[in-house]
Amino acid sequence: MAKHHVTTTVNGDTVEFLCSTEQTLLDVLRDELFLTGSKEGCSSGDCGACSVMLDGRLVCACLVLGVEAEGREVETIEGMADGDNLHPLQRKFLEHAALQCGICTPGILVAAKALLEQNPDPTETEARYWLAGNLCRCTGYDKIVRAVLDAAAEMRAAAGKGAARKSRSTKQPAAASA
Amino acid sequence: MNDMISPDVLARQLKIVGTRPLRPDGVDKVTGRAQFGADMHLPNMLVGKVLRSPHAHARIKSINTSKAQALKGVKAVMTSADLCDLPSEFVPAGEMMVNFKDMTRNVMAREKVLYEGHAVAAVAATSEAIAAQALALVEVDYEVLPHVIDVEEAMKPDAPLLHDDMFTIGVEPTPKKSSNIAKRVEFGFGDLEAGFAKADVVVEREFTTKPVHQGYIEPHACVANVSEDGQAELWCTTQGQFIVRAFCSKLLGMEVSQLRVTASEIGGGFGGKTVVYLEPLALALSRKACQPVKMVMSRSEVFQASGPTSGAKIWVKVGATKDGRITAGDALLKYQAGAFQGSPVQPGAMCAFAPYELENVRIVGFDVVVNRPKVAAYRAPGGPIAEFAVESVIDEVAMKIGMDPVEFRLKNAAKEGTRAPYGPKFGPIGLVQTLQAAQAHEHYKVPLKANQGRGVASGFWFNIGGETCASMNLGEDGSVALVVGTPDIGGSRASLSMMAAEELGISLEHIRPMIGDTSSLGFNFLTGGSRVTFSSGMAVVEAARDVIAQLRERAAKIWEVPVEEVEWSEGQARFTGSGEAKSLSLAELAATAGKTGGPIIGNAAINATGAGPSLATHLVDVEVDPETGKVTILRYTAIQDAGKAVHPSYVEGQMQGGAVQGIGWALNEEYIYDDNGHLENPGFLDYRVPVCSDVPMIDTVIVEVPNPNHPYGVRGVGETPIVPPMAAIANAVSHATGVRFTDLPMSPPRVLDAIEAKQAA
Repeated sequence: MAKHHVTTTVNGDTVEFLCSTEQTLLDVLRDELFLTGSKEGCSSGDCGACSVMLDGRLVCACLVLGVEAEGREVETIEGMADGDNLHPLQRKFLEHAALQCGICTPGILVAAKALLEQNPDPTETEARYWLAGNLCRCTGYDKIVRAVLDAAAEMRAAAGKGAARKSRSTKQPAAASA
Repeated sequence: MNDMISPDVLARQLKIVGTRPLRPDGVDKVTGRAQFGADMHLPNMLVGKVLRSPHAHARIKSINTSKAQALKGVKAVMTSADLCDLPSEFVPAGEMMVNFKDMTRNVMAREKVLYEGHAVAAVAATSEAIAAQALALVEVDYEVLPHVIDVEEAMKPDAPLLHDDMFTIGVEPTPKKSSNIAKRVEFGFGDLEAGFAKADVVVEREFTTKPVHQGYIEPHACVANVSEDGQAELWCTTQGQFIVRAFCSKLLGMEVSQLRVTASEIGGGFGGKTVVYLEPLALALSRKACQPVKMVMSRSEVFQASGPTSGAKIWVKVGATKDGRITAGDALLKYQAGAFQGSPVQPGAMCAFAPYELENVRIVGFDVVVNRPKVAAYRAPGGPIAEFAVESVIDEVAMKIGMDPVEFRLKNAAKEGTRAPYGPKFGPIGLVQTLQAAQAHEHYKVPLKANQGRGVASGFWFNIGGETCASMNLGEDGSVALVVGTPDIGGSRASLSMMAAEELGISLEHIRPMIGDTSSLGFNFLTGGSRVTFSSGMAVVEAARDVIAQLRERAAKIWEVPVEEVEWSEGQARFTGSGEAKSLSLAELAATAGKTGGPIIGNAAINATGAGPSLATHLVDVEVDPETGKVTILRYTAIQDAGKAVHPSYVEGQMQGGAVQGIGWALNEEYIYDDNGHLENPGFLDYRVPVCSDVPMIDTVIVEVPNPNHPYGVRGVGETPIVPPMAAIANAVSHATGVRFTDLPMSPPRVLDAIEAKQAA
C-alpha cells in the first residue's frame, strides 16, 4: 500500500515524512526522522520511555499513529534545551544524579516538564503520581523526584523574579506618565 | 601487578575522590543524544525477527523455511543449522557459568524447544512487515511433549525430562538415570546435630519465591554487519563487549579478531545483559545477506525469552541460645535454572549464612531444569532468595528469644577473621558498622501505629575482580583520553575519571572517559559482580601511575637529573634534588613529549584480585491494609559498607535502586504460567515493577570500611542492595499482621488470604 505523506511540526520545525498506516509516531520519530531520543521500552504505553508532547498534551508516542501527527505540533526531548542552555530540569537531573543508565531519562524529562507546565508547585505526592507512568528500573525514583521538585522551585523563583521585573517595568512608564 | 598499588593513598588528602561532580556522559543522556542499542542505523540495513516456540516443550521434527525464503524482500533465513554445535564446556560469565553446548541451543533451538518463546528460526527482510510475514511462512513440525514448570515437580523421578543426558553432578556415585537435577552443591562445617542440641530455640521454615525479571527498560538490541570477506562489526547493548565477542565468535566459528564489538550505551542490565540472545542470530543473518541486520526484542520477547532469575523452594532451620548466640544453621535450596543448567544456586548457597559467624553450618543446593526461559544473572545472583529465607528465620528466632533483631544480628555478625560458610576467612568487612548505624538511626526509634510493622534484614555479596585493561592517552595539550573496556551502566565513567584525575593531580574536566570497543583494548571481563569501580578503577590507577612514571622520566631528561630526584605531586613534576626548585606541569610535559621521547600512553592490563565483600542492613516500615491486603512502604533506610564511595551520589543511587527492585520482588513481581506452560504476564502492565507512586524516598547511610586491596579502598556496591529488601519487608509485614510470610511476592491477594486465614483460625 502506498505510504502516507504527513506534514507536521517537530520541536518548532516543519517536517514532512512518508509513513505506512501501521507506523506509530514513535516509529516515525525514530526510524524516519532519526530522532532516537524517544525510546521504545514496551510499545504498549506501560513504560513511558517514549513520552512526547502532542499539541501540548503528554502522550506515549507508541500509542499514537504517525499519520495522526498531520498538522499538529510534536515536542520531543531533542527540543528541550535552548541551544547550549539546558532546561532547568535537565540541569537538575545532572546535579542530583537522577539517572543511572539514562534510558528512561528522556521520557521522564518530557513528562516532568509537562507536569511543571500544569502545576509549577507540585507536592512530592503529586510529582510521584504524575510520573507513575514512567518506569525507571535503576534509581528507585528518589533522586528523580528530588530533581523535579528542585527544578520546580528554581523555575518558580526565576518566574517570580521575571514577574517582579515585568511588574516593575510596567509600573515605571505608568509612574513616568503620571 | 596489583602489589604496586598500596593502600597508602587512603591516608592522603583526597581532592576529587569522594566528591560529587557532574557525570561526564550526563549531557548526552538528558538531551536524547546518547546512542543506545536500538538507536543505531546503518545504510542498507535489514530488519531481523525471530520465530519463537508456542510450546513449553516439544521435539522439532522438521523446519521448512523455503516459503519464507521465497518471499520478496526476504534476504536471509536462518536456523540452528547456521550456528556451530559445540561440546559441553563451562566458562564464567559474571558470577554465573555458561556452557557453549547449551548456549548454542538456547539462542536457537536444535533437537527440542524447551520453553515458550524459545527461538527456532530467524529472518532478515527489507521491512519489519515483510519479516513478520516471512516468519508466518516458516513451517515447523512439532511433537508436543509433556512439560514441567515447578521445581519440586521437576525433581520427581517420573517428571518429564528436559535433557536425556543430564546426570546429577555432585552426588556420589553419579546417578545412572538421567534427571532434571543438574547439580548438587554443599557448603559448611561443624556438627549440626550438636549445634541444634545446644539451642534453646529452633525455628524451621519453608519458603517459596517466583522467578523475577531484571526488568531493564531497554530491550535487547543489536546491529550486525558482516562483510563479504567475513570481517564483522557488531553494535549491541551489553554488559560486556568482550564476552559478546567471545560467545559470538564461538557460535559462528569465527576468529575473535575478525569480530569487532562495540557496546552501545546500555539501558539497564542488572546481570541480564551478560549473555547473548540476538547477537549471534544477527551476525548469522548478516553473514548470509551480506547486509547490515538490526534486531530488537519486543517487551514480550524480553520476558519470554531472556533470562529472569530463579524461583526457588527453600528450607531453613536455625537454632540459638536464649542469650542470643546462633548454635547451628541449616538450609536446603532448590533453584529453578530454566531450560538449561546453571541457576545461581551455588552463589546462593555461599551467601545464605555469610553474614553470620557460625560454628555449625550446612547449606545444600540443587540446580534444577524446568520448561522456563534459561535464567541469567540478576544483581547478586542467587543471594537475594537464599538470604530472604535465612533473614526471615533469623528474625523469628530473635522474636522467640525476645531479643531486638539488630542486637541479635550484632551478637552473631561476621567480622574480620570470621570463617565464611564457604571456606575462606573474611578480611575487613563492615556488617557490624551497618548494624550499629541502624541501631543509632532515628528511623529505628520512630513509633509505629496500628497495622504497621518494622522489618530489619542484612545482606551479603562477594563482589568480584577479573581481567581488566585501561589505556590513558595523553594529548599534546595535556588533556587525557581515558579508555576502559567495561560498559558504564550507572555512572562508572564518573568514578573512573575521578580516580584518574586524583592520581594525575589534574582537574576532572581535562579527562574524557570512553568505553572502548573490542579492538581498542585487551580482553576485559564484563560489567558485573559489582566489579567496575573496583577493577577498572584499579586498572585506571595503574595506567595513571604508568603515565606519571613516564612524565617523571621526561622531566628528568629535560633537567638532566636522575629520575629519582623528580617527584610527581599536584599535577607537576618537581625537582627534589639540591639546587634551585623547578617544576614542569603535565601540560608542559605533554606539549614537549614529541621531543623528549614520543607520545605518552599509560597502560594497564591486570587480573584484579582482592575484591571486598559488601554488607548491608536495611530498615523498612510498612502498613498493611487489612481490607485489601495491600502493603504500603512507609519508610525505607538502606545502610551499606561501600569501602570508599568514590562518587557518593551514584553509590546512594545503587542502594536506592536495589532497594526498590527488592520492593518489587517482595510485593508484586512474579512470572505467572498457565497449565500449558505459557507465560501469562509478559508485559509491564501485568508484570508490575514498582512505579514512582509506589515508593517513598529511600534514605541511605554509607559506611566506609576500606578494602585494603584497592588503592582507594573501593568495594563493589551495585549488588548487595537487592539482598536485604525481601526479608526486611517480609519481617515488617509479619510484624504488622502477626502472620509469618514465607512466600513471595506478598501481593495483595496473598496477604489478604493470610490475614483472613488467621482471623478464621
